[in-house]
Amino acid sequence: MPAPLVAVTRDPLSLDALTAVVADGAGADGAVTSFTGLVRQSNLGRKVAFLEYEAYEALAVKGLQRIVDEVKTNWPSAKLGVHHRIGRLALGEASIIIVAASPHRGDAFSACRYTIERVKQIVPIWKHEHFDGGDVWLEGATADPDDETARQTAYRIACA
Amino acid sequence: MRVTVRLFARLRDLAGAGEMVREVPAPATIEQVWRSLVKDMPALGDYERTMSVALNTDYSRMTAAVKDGDEVAFLPPVSGG
Repeated sequence: MPAPLVAVTRDPLSLDALTAVVADGAGADGAVTSFTGLVRQSNLGRKVAFLEYEAYEALAVKGLQRIVDEVKTNWPSAKLGVHHRIGRLALGEASIIIVAASPHRGDAFSACRYTIERVKQIVPIWKHEHFDGGDVWLEGATADPDDETARQTAYRIACA
Repeated sequence: MRVTVRLFARLRDLAGAGEMVREVPAPATIEQVWRSLVKDMPALGDYERTMSVALNTDYSRMTAAVKDGDEVAFLPPVSGG
């Protein structure tokens, strides 16, 4: 069964499987870019032991789908896939993979960058960081998909 | 009427549960569900300025009306990626 374009999953992520469904193997796409986010060993001076990711799964999948739609509007030639892992992740494991494919490299790079910025803005997923000496819930952006300023910020970063 | 309340991340930890059924007088808005929750669990109150809300698995606003059987979710600032 081919991988879905968007997913929130407890299973390890496969960049190969996602690339296979995003990129056109017959030659329509001349560019494929990807982003992989990994669990980092240090955060704000803390020695990270592992991360536990939690999601509001139904809304998180809708959020990822919304980002796919936004990418389609911004870069009509680009195709996008994004998988986010949840549950307990060890250092160095992939928490998110994004694949963007397009006839030309510019749109593929932009779509990829835009997607990770938007994930951090609007997708209801949380990191629970377990470190040497304690644990803490990380809190970033107040999620509001209708916040145009946030969306434009992500777009500017993507096109920088 | 009864609504299902979902809480996530630190809000869930503070409340000690991620899902609960709450009795609220009809008619009610999400804000009224939140007020009744904070009355019972004052520690949640600090999140009012920074949280997002969802109704039946779509983002919503505090002013939205809720019906019997709805699912209301309160979401701390997100940190995915």
